[in-house]
Amino acid sequence: MSEHIVSPKIYVAIFLTLMAGTAITVWAAYQNFGAFNIVIALGIATFKATLVVLYFMHARYSPRRTQLVIVCSVFWLAIMLALTLADYQTREHTVGRLAPPVIFNLVRT
Amino acid sequence: MSKTPPPSPGPNMPHEDYLNATYGLKSWLLTTDHKRIALLYLGSVTVFFFIGGIFATLIRIHLLTPTGYLVTPETYNKLFTMHGVAMIFFFLIPSIPAVLGNFLIPLMIGAKDLAFPKINLLSWYIYLIGGSFVLYSFSTGGLDTGWTFYTPLSSVYSNSAVTPAVIGIFINGFSSILTGLNFIVTIHTMRAPGMTWFRLPLFVWSHYATSLVMVLGTPVVAITLLLAGLERMFHLGFFNPALGGDPILFQHLFWFYSHPAVYIMVLPAMGVVSEVIPTFARKPIFGYSFIAGSSIAIAVIGFLVWAHHMFVTGESTYAALTFSFLSYVVAIPSAVKVFNWTSTLYKGSISWDTPMVYALGFIGLFLIGGLTGLFLACLGLDIHIHDTYFVVAHFHYIMVGGAVMGYVGGLHFWWPKITGRLYPESLARTAAITLFVGFNLTFFPQFILGYMGMPRRYHTYPPEFQVLNVLSTAGASILALGYLLPMLYLMWSMRYGKVAGPNPWPATGLEWTTPSPPPTENFDVTPEVTWEPYDYKNRPDLGLTAGAPSPAPAHGDD
Repeated sequence: MSEHIVSPKIYVAIFLTLMAGTAITVWAAYQNFGAFNIVIALGIATFKATLVVLYFMHARYSPRRTQLVIVCSVFWLAIMLALTLADYQTREHTVGRLAPPVIFNLVRT
Repeated sequence: MSKTPPPSPGPNMPHEDYLNATYGLKSWLLTTDHKRIALLYLGSVTVFFFIGGIFATLIRIHLLTPTGYLVTPETYNKLFTMHGVAMIFFFLIPSIPAVLGNFLIPLMIGAKDLAFPKINLLSWYIYLIGGSFVLYSFSTGGLDTGWTFYTPLSSVYSNSAVTPAVIGIFINGFSSILTGLNFIVTIHTMRAPGMTWFRLPLFVWSHYATSLVMVLGTPVVAITLLLAGLERMFHLGFFNPALGGDPILFQHLFWFYSHPAVYIMVLPAMGVVSEVIPTFARKPIFGYSFIAGSSIAIAVIGFLVWAHHMFVTGESTYAALTFSFLSYVVAIPSAVKVFNWTSTLYKGSISWDTPMVYALGFIGLFLIGGLTGLFLACLGLDIHIHDTYFVVAHFHYIMVGGAVMGYVGGLHFWWPKITGRLYPESLARTAAITLFVGFNLTFFPQFILGYMGMPRRYHTYPPEFQVLNVLSTAGASILALGYLLPMLYLMWSMRYGKVAGPNPWPATGLEWTTPSPPPTENFDVTPEVTWEPYDYKNRPDLGLTAGAPSPAPAHGDD
């Protein structure tokens, strides 16, 4: 099985992108985007995780079957999140009033 | 029973097998042979089975009287918790996959070993390390949170040794993941020539489905318990409302794994039954592809039903409705299996050998366990019987009546392959019937108790429940005898049992074509599969042809 050789340039570029992502996350943490606070934080985190999986874990150069396994596990995660949120999202309706979506307020303070 | 060991196989039989190829402790502790690792697992899960069994015995003795004189209420909480933790995480989950699956999957698909032999050994060591943490927890204050570790009880209020226990279960999770991974890769890449997917034994299909659950589910529970541990140790707020967490979130994440974990326990047992039934009915299995597909369907749908454990927690009614519906759906593939097994029996030439008694026992008990599961999936009825002995009876019918019957039955079925010896048949059959009777006497009264309103996890009960509780305890003593007997005669047979040929039943699987016990490399030459699975009507090489009387199974002396 031939291994794809990734040039150090790409690794450095990915590393710098990840660092930039971290910096943006820290910056965003100090801004108030309202309901979008968590969307932005999770969006950056997902982007970074995708880079790590694609390049550092070599998923981009892996056989199709490996990629399929990764996609399936992400799908599995989506099932877990979606069905759990199915509870949180619809809970307020049960007392007879239409509550605002609570998706961005999972961890209540 | 004779006292002298029977002569070893004749000179024309191969002498070197996986048991006598090398000797000494080191050859076992550093082995990468899947068959030896299976035996290492057999020893370790048996230890945990007896630890869990002792806790169960104490619980049942305590519940003989309504006020319970044996232990204090605090100790009672610890007994049922430690019973659950030992039995579920350290016995039931590894039992069939790590013992029988480890031993049989390479043999059944015609491979020399699993895909990652060293990782296989590693998974056993990880199991031991995880187990040591849990035993440390048991012996230094015990554990009183219930095996479910619900927060904030486990993360804030419990004074027992929760931290080492959750660390132990976290570590043990990796053992499960590695075993599952090993099975998936092995089944994908190491099948012998001719062993197509639809020629795989159904035991292998069920283990493939189980492995998917292990790989996809175990990380979730491992991390969830770790989060509960972090909340307990460092007061990080994940599940404790006082720290900004959400206790119901713990239950969602916990059951996301722990409901599918039930299928980790019962799917392999279904695999065992699918092997045993056609062998002793002398008939091809009915609906092979449906049984294979239903294993995958159970694994997949099993992931979508978890919140039926949480109907009374205050979860959304809409979510509860969805989960209730999905829980009913999982009954379909389970019923497909039961109908196909019974159809296989129809007009079969049935012999009542010990593994068959276990398999038939499995069908009956699993049926009761499965159908009472539908009672619990029903939203309205669940309010009435939630957290009562009805639930306790239901899941014991699945886990003990299903999974353990399958495990013990499977051990008997493949015992001649594992050890090369036959066990005493009528003693074994008596033990199987004892187990069946003891099991029903223990757990059927609990259905009635639960329906009458006796809550689970209470150390006392109203006097009117005493008769049923005494019956249950009496049943438990019979059940204990049913477990001790096989342990004794199986050990006896390792030395004194009649020598089994390579295929004593005879059965059609690839594992029966190699000597018993198998050589280290499993097969002298890589086998080539040219026959369809379970072709009990068309295997003249085994003396099995349509219309002709089939050969009688070989039995050990009594």
